[in-house]
Amino acid sequence: MQPTTAPAKPQFSPAAQAEIKRIISRYPAERSKSALLPLLHIAQAEFGGWVSPEVQDLVAETLNIRPIEVYEVATFYTMYNLKPVGQHVLEICRTGPCMLRGSDELTAHLERLTGAKVGETSPDGHFTLKEVECLAACGFAPVVQVREQYYESLDTPEAVDAMLSELRGQIHRPILPWEETGLPTSLQNN
Amino acid sequence: MGRKLLTEHVNVEGIETFEVYRKHGGYRAVEKALKTMTPEEVVDEVKKSGLRGRGGAGFPTGMKWSFLAKPEGVPRYLVCNADESEPGTFKDRYLMSKLPHLLIEGMIAGSYALGARTSYIYIRGELLYVLRILEKAIAEAYAAGFLGENILGSGYSLDLYVHPGAGAYICGEETALLESLEGKRGNPRNKPPFPAVQGLYARPTVVNNVESIASVVPILNDGGDEYAKLGVGKSTGTKLFSACGHLNKPGIYELELGLPVEEFIYSDEYCGGIWKGRELKAVVAGGSSVPILPKELILKTAAGENRLMTYESLSDGGFVTGTMLGSGGFIAMDETTCIVKNTWNFSRFYHHESCGQCSPCREGTGWLEKVLHRLEHGHGSMHDIDLVVSVAKQIEGNTICPLGEAAAWPVAAAVRHFRDEFEWHVKHPKEATQPGAVYRGAGVLV
Repeated sequence: MQPTTAPAKPQFSPAAQAEIKRIISRYPAERSKSALLPLLHIAQAEFGGWVSPEVQDLVAETLNIRPIEVYEVATFYTMYNLKPVGQHVLEICRTGPCMLRGSDELTAHLERLTGAKVGETSPDGHFTLKEVECLAACGFAPVVQVREQYYESLDTPEAVDAMLSELRGQIHRPILPWEETGLPTSLQNN
Repeated sequence: MGRKLLTEHVNVEGIETFEVYRKHGGYRAVEKALKTMTPEEVVDEVKKSGLRGRGGAGFPTGMKWSFLAKPEGVPRYLVCNADESEPGTFKDRYLMSKLPHLLIEGMIAGSYALGARTSYIYIRGELLYVLRILEKAIAEAYAAGFLGENILGSGYSLDLYVHPGAGAYICGEETALLESLEGKRGNPRNKPPFPAVQGLYARPTVVNNVESIASVVPILNDGGDEYAKLGVGKSTGTKLFSACGHLNKPGIYELELGLPVEEFIYSDEYCGGIWKGRELKAVVAGGSSVPILPKELILKTAAGENRLMTYESLSDGGFVTGTMLGSGGFIAMDETTCIVKNTWNFSRFYHHESCGQCSPCREGTGWLEKVLHRLEHGHGSMHDIDLVVSVAKQIEGNTICPLGEAAAWPVAAAVRHFRDEFEWHVKHPKEATQPGAVYRGAGVLV
């Protein structure tokens, strides 16, 4: 059945609006466009892990800039997802230092375990696989980033299993920039 | 182990909090600067220290500060470059997450020296958890009166903010970083004008790496002359090295500049040698952009002298037999590493990260990736080996920003030092494309 009404226009939650106000205040009044990258992060967290054209328009409206100014930025930076994603986006580092410590094997292993190829979402909707460039954790390679969390030294099947089962147990929810999370384990013990 | 100026207290419980950091001598540098020194005197101490930019270029920090234009009535900015993305480099992430107050203290002292009233830390977007650590620490510093209005009653006021990027290596280039901070694509700007004259919002701006700014703290505490006593020649002080690849003990090491490379790799105090009892094959000593060197040339210079962890020693021999200290991202490769594959991997990185503004880089990095891909996968020709060198040459020097050079140098150096291995891929495509196949020298079977 076709929907009879247009989908509701996205709106920021009151918590996000408060954060947006706080962020905009950091830049000179006539330079509020500076808040664009942080606002897109907030938008992505608020609206299911990706920024649809409607959400990008909302960001443009919030900052009082033209939509094209948001589109050109959203498509330039790799952290903004332009398509719907699964509950957890596994960002697998593929750059030299991680490759030296087995990132190719890790990617193949994750493809087998999740049933998704790189760039795809698993049939159960749990995981989207994404290859990324250097995550600045080369000494703890190979590395996968999932939102705020760095999973490091994923060079054994056990480590990978532990990561996936931990993530399967987590319910998807937006994590906004002011929330608290812990340090990656490698840095706790370093 | 040598003297540590930045990470001395890194393992103290709670050092990420204001209270513990202060108890261990934190914020003395700010007190000293604001209460007893003029901004010019702070700049002079940094000049005397000989500190060189720790982000990769190695330009003297004090000199960079003295270039800042100071027109009357115009705001100036200090921006910290925390966009650490150079493959092999992971020292700033470590420093910021373990010692956030060290960076904040450096930012306050630096901002005072430059006359900035608002300063920003531009951190790569992936490090959102570090951003939170910094924001918490900044809130503590405000509460303690080290940020905000009239700091320590000195009449000097400063606001400090953290700003996240969103995944773009190019934003580590200072003018791309400023574009990004203004809410735009990270396209590097043509220079001149330099940021010192027209930077953030077209105002005079200094952009410094995290570690450079943190180093200002020990420089002010001990004095620039004391700092300059550490190290060798023009490589003064200590530097963080991030070691990765096929090492027994990868990680972050603060070294007094001047340690022999051999000791750094093999001593149990540092990297503990090559993993799995294997032989070292090659090293990329300063982040993926610098020329790769084979074992013989990274341990000794062409003249047979011990290679040291200093700017001068690592670049001894120019690009013919030397390399660069760069960012301190030290990537070690064991004897099972395929240099062709590794070079292709790095080229893919630069192609992916090219902003696309300059044709030589946008097109050239794509050519490098494609031709190296076919060499690695057994479809290359002898001509292709010369082709990648020629493409690299045509990128170099023909782009707005140094990403062009960063893409070209690793390719040129790999062919320079490992040409045999590239030729072996062309002559023996079947053997070369076996899983795990590695060239081990003329006449040696896989």
